[in-house]
Amino acid sequence: MQAVAFWILAVAAAGSGAAVFAVDSMARATFALLASFLCVGVELLLLDLRYLGVLVVLMMIMEMLVMAVFMIMYMMNPGGLMPMTMVHNHRWAIGISAAVFAALAAGILLIPWPKRQGTVPRDPAFSLGQAIMGPKMLVMMVVGIAILATMIASVVLATGRGRYDRSPGREDGAK
Amino acid sequence: MSETTPAWTVVALPLVLAGLAYSAAAMDAGLRSGGGIAAPLREGVRLIVQQRRRMHAADMLLVRAGVLSLPVAAVLAAAVIPLGRTAVWDLRVGVVWFNAMEVVAWASLWLAGWGVNSAFPLVGGYRLVAQGLAYELPHMFALITAALGAGSLDFGEVAAAQHGLWFAVWMPVAFAVYLLSALAMAFWGPMGHPLADDLAGGAAAELSGPDRLVFFAGRSALLTVAAAAAVPLFLGGASGPWLPGWAWSLVKTYAVLALLVWVRGRFPVLRMDRFMAAAWLVLIPAALLQALVVGIVVLT
Repeated sequence: MQAVAFWILAVAAAGSGAAVFAVDSMARATFALLASFLCVGVELLLLDLRYLGVLVVLMMIMEMLVMAVFMIMYMMNPGGLMPMTMVHNHRWAIGISAAVFAALAAGILLIPWPKRQGTVPRDPAFSLGQAIMGPKMLVMMVVGIAILATMIASVVLATGRGRYDRSPGREDGAK
Repeated sequence: MSETTPAWTVVALPLVLAGLAYSAAAMDAGLRSGGGIAAPLREGVRLIVQQRRRMHAADMLLVRAGVLSLPVAAVLAAAVIPLGRTAVWDLRVGVVWFNAMEVVAWASLWLAGWGVNSAFPLVGGYRLVAQGLAYELPHMFALITAALGAGSLDFGEVAAAQHGLWFAVWMPVAFAVYLLSALAMAFWGPMGHPLADDLAGGAAAELSGPDRLVFFAGRSALLTVAAAAAVPLFLGGASGPWLPGWAWSLVKTYAVLALLVWVRGRFPVLRMDRFMAAAWLVLIPAALLQALVVGIVVLT
């Protein structure tokens, strides 16, 4: 059952990943990529990495929505209604991606994988966090909050009010 | 996925959700237009038999994906919310899953607004993305605050941690922020700017027939799920005297739902840019302070 679900999701992830380069609209490409990421997120859930899987689903949806706004705003096809393609430099691109794929696949087959030591911990996400951050946890938490504060402060500073966006009640052109 | 949950609950979940969502729509019809309990049913039948309109060169694949994902996300979010003491899907990180499913509505609205190839729905779709960026951070902090108070991301454990004192009582700011963002995630009432009248219906302006029915049913379901999640997060879950747990869950859900429905008729629609300023300048600091207070209380 789990193996069947794994393979269905794996094929769907690869398929919708390929669809990104086959469809002719930026909106479809964005959401094909999102579908691919969501399949990967559910794969993580299947591996019992609950927290990581749910987090991938959450972050990818938000990220792709913000991406959709920016991609359609900046990229070659404003409006997204005219046909476009995600592929540039077609012949070389195919060669490079085939070579990279071959190298990665060879890596999977050739590497001497280590045997599992011990058993699966009760909460893999927790153990992973301990292994990565461990004694530096306090520093990491402080850094995390500093990054968040920086993001919020920079956004607040960047949103200067424009000509048509004065606060109500002001005399000089409030709307 | 949990072995302890019986299989019939998987079938019962969408039915219970549909019943609650229907009563939300009926309450809304009763409050705003004086329609009876059959008003949503009449509207539904009308939409089912209505002929579809379609814009030139609409991207129907994206529109359908957007419309269908609304009710699907609502059902998936409801799966982790306990009715009584058991949820259909006993997920230890249920609060994060609920958050993820509710963000699906951003994609739904953007897809539906974009796909129909019409200007007003497009603007409406973008409005929800902006609204999402405004409400999501305070909303996440409200969720985190409740989870912090319980020391768990599991809805059941969060509800169990409120033995004696509801989180709504000693985390009032987080509860208020949650209620506000519940309106925003279902783009309902004051947070209904993406579907506002100044856009002739916004993201839903070009939806007709069964598409429109599924879209608005999905929105009612989202509102219901948002109200239902407030119960284990802030209102003590299934605890209460005399009645069994599931009954208390339903009673509390109905109370929150009635409040949200009443707010729609009572308050005007907020403009998105104004709400953005208020969210980033007031709500985020307030929610952070609330989280700090709760953190200190938990530590001491």
